[in-house]
Amino acid sequence: MQNLSLEKIKELKIKANNIRKNIIEMLYKSQSGHTAGPLGMADIFTYLYFVGMKYDKNNPKWEERDRLVLSNGHICPVLYATFAEIGYLKKEELWTLRKFGSKLQGHPHREFLPILETSSGPLGEGLSQAVGMAIATKIDNGVNKNIFCIVGDGELNEGQNWEAIMLGAKENLGNLTLIVDRNNIQLDGNTEDIMPLNNLRIKFGAFNWHTEEVDGHDFVAIHNAIEKVKEIKDKPSVIIANTIPCKGVKEWERDYRWHGKAPNKEEYELAINELSKIC
Amino acid sequence: MLNQSLKLNTKIFSNNIENKSTRDGFGVGLLEIGTKNEKVVALSADLTESTRTHLFKEKFPNRFIQVGISEQNMAGVASGLASMGKIPYITSFAIFNPGRNWEQIRTTICYNNQPVKIIGTHSGITVGEDGGSHQSLEDIALTTSLPNMIVISPCDNIEARKATIACANNNLPTYIRLDRNNTPFITTEDTPFEIGKSQILFYPEKGIAEIGIIATGTIVYRALIAAKNLEKEGIKVKVMNLSTIKPLDEEGVLSIAKETKAIVTVEDHGEIGGMGSMIASFLSKNYPVPIEFIAIKNKFGQSGKKDELIEHYEIGISHIENAVKKVKKRKILN
Repeated sequence: MQNLSLEKIKELKIKANNIRKNIIEMLYKSQSGHTAGPLGMADIFTYLYFVGMKYDKNNPKWEERDRLVLSNGHICPVLYATFAEIGYLKKEELWTLRKFGSKLQGHPHREFLPILETSSGPLGEGLSQAVGMAIATKIDNGVNKNIFCIVGDGELNEGQNWEAIMLGAKENLGNLTLIVDRNNIQLDGNTEDIMPLNNLRIKFGAFNWHTEEVDGHDFVAIHNAIEKVKEIKDKPSVIIANTIPCKGVKEWERDYRWHGKAPNKEEYELAINELSKIC
Repeated sequence: MLNQSLKLNTKIFSNNIENKSTRDGFGVGLLEIGTKNEKVVALSADLTESTRTHLFKEKFPNRFIQVGISEQNMAGVASGLASMGKIPYITSFAIFNPGRNWEQIRTTICYNNQPVKIIGTHSGITVGEDGGSHQSLEDIALTTSLPNMIVISPCDNIEARKATIACANNNLPTYIRLDRNNTPFITTEDTPFEIGKSQILFYPEKGIAEIGIIATGTIVYRALIAAKNLEKEGIKVKVMNLSTIKPLDEEGVLSIAKETKAIVTVEDHGEIGGMGSMIASFLSKNYPVPIEFIAIKNKFGQSGKKDELIEHYEIGISHIENAVKKVKKRKILN
């Protein structure tokens, strides 16, 4: 396993901060969308797209690429901002988020943005698709393709996830990695009040998944977990990523009320100001 | 008289006609297309033999996925498989597939435009003894309302086999509606089949038809018997087999409406949102004519023998005949 160099970590931090600034800018310009999740997941997306995943940015449809299924589609501003960081989107295109005719639909739609692996939005459906992708690679003996899926923790309320979790274990999908955005909030409040999830590692372990748990803002921890799960070949893996909703804007962190709203002018200025202090 | 240019089964009106189910036609068709095309994969939700998917499973165990009783998951998994280049057939009873998993079909299959083939067996009231909970009278409404979706309701075993094979390469989400029971062979191996094309199976020996019957599914057989009986009474009808419900064969429907100026639609499905609704919607915009609907009238089914239910829910031969007579009167009044 290769360690992340200090230089690389610094580079990732700068990219993640850029992504966060762009998320704030997009949401402010659109005056619509979700804030908490995208800010909380910026580090994970940065890691996956700049270290963890195999793809060819000059050929986004390269058959041998790793796949990422974003199940909780409402956090798509982080995906779009990451695409802009890679060069898949022009920065100006980010400012069309949620606007009529935009590539950047309120929830991702492949018809408008074909580089997406899948359309998403209605919760609880991404993992099934990722399981299908992993089964397809197994049928084809395409062992080198990794299939990643990101779900929100609140999304695990949806029963379909647990159907997919059972099937993933049954099919021994070693190339499947689920990342749970464990930010402890959902639209109506804190996850443990709305529908307690309790200890997700125990739950996934009982379903015969390999489990890891990380600080979702620690690039070294994320890297170590991803490298480790890539070595697991006989069962699917889950990484419980403990994240802070609205990470980067101190005043908003961990406040569930930021789940589904966009910043006004004052809030926007405060956020950009804070993020500019980071780097 | 039967339209013999279509090389239909000549025994349609005889008592010793052979019967086999449309689900059996699917099973054989799946095996056939699976043999020719290794992209084909099949998924089952604990109903492998009931849906006749076992024939494929036995021959291609590596391309068969048993998902357990989880139709919602099955739809999503199939979307993922399709995104990797597979041609998945997902199988269960119509009430669960596309009933239970409708939103998953909408979002992961149709919204994504993935060419998943949705196979719903045990559709309609004729499921019989299992009762109302298992009689799917809503699946045409559920599937025709989805953009990108193709909807096929074969009239017999052979057409079901042909539809199963034909849809593999259409590159679109496709629903095939099938029956549990053995039903008469209407067509033969030599009868042409094309997705999206209706066929006139029966027309008057002389002159033009005064009523057009548009039927879909295995109930087409009862429409043909009704037509034959009406012919004896001197009422001239045409019978159309509308095996593809969506996209609607607009040219075919328009042509029968223009000739007959009175239509009876016939289906083993709820009236609201059924094939008849689509015909009514289309004709009201393009060529309004009186229409009568043979379908289940805003009710759930119940247990019973197939024939008892057909009688009770008024979708039998006599009901079709009465509807023809009724629409004929309405036509004259017009």
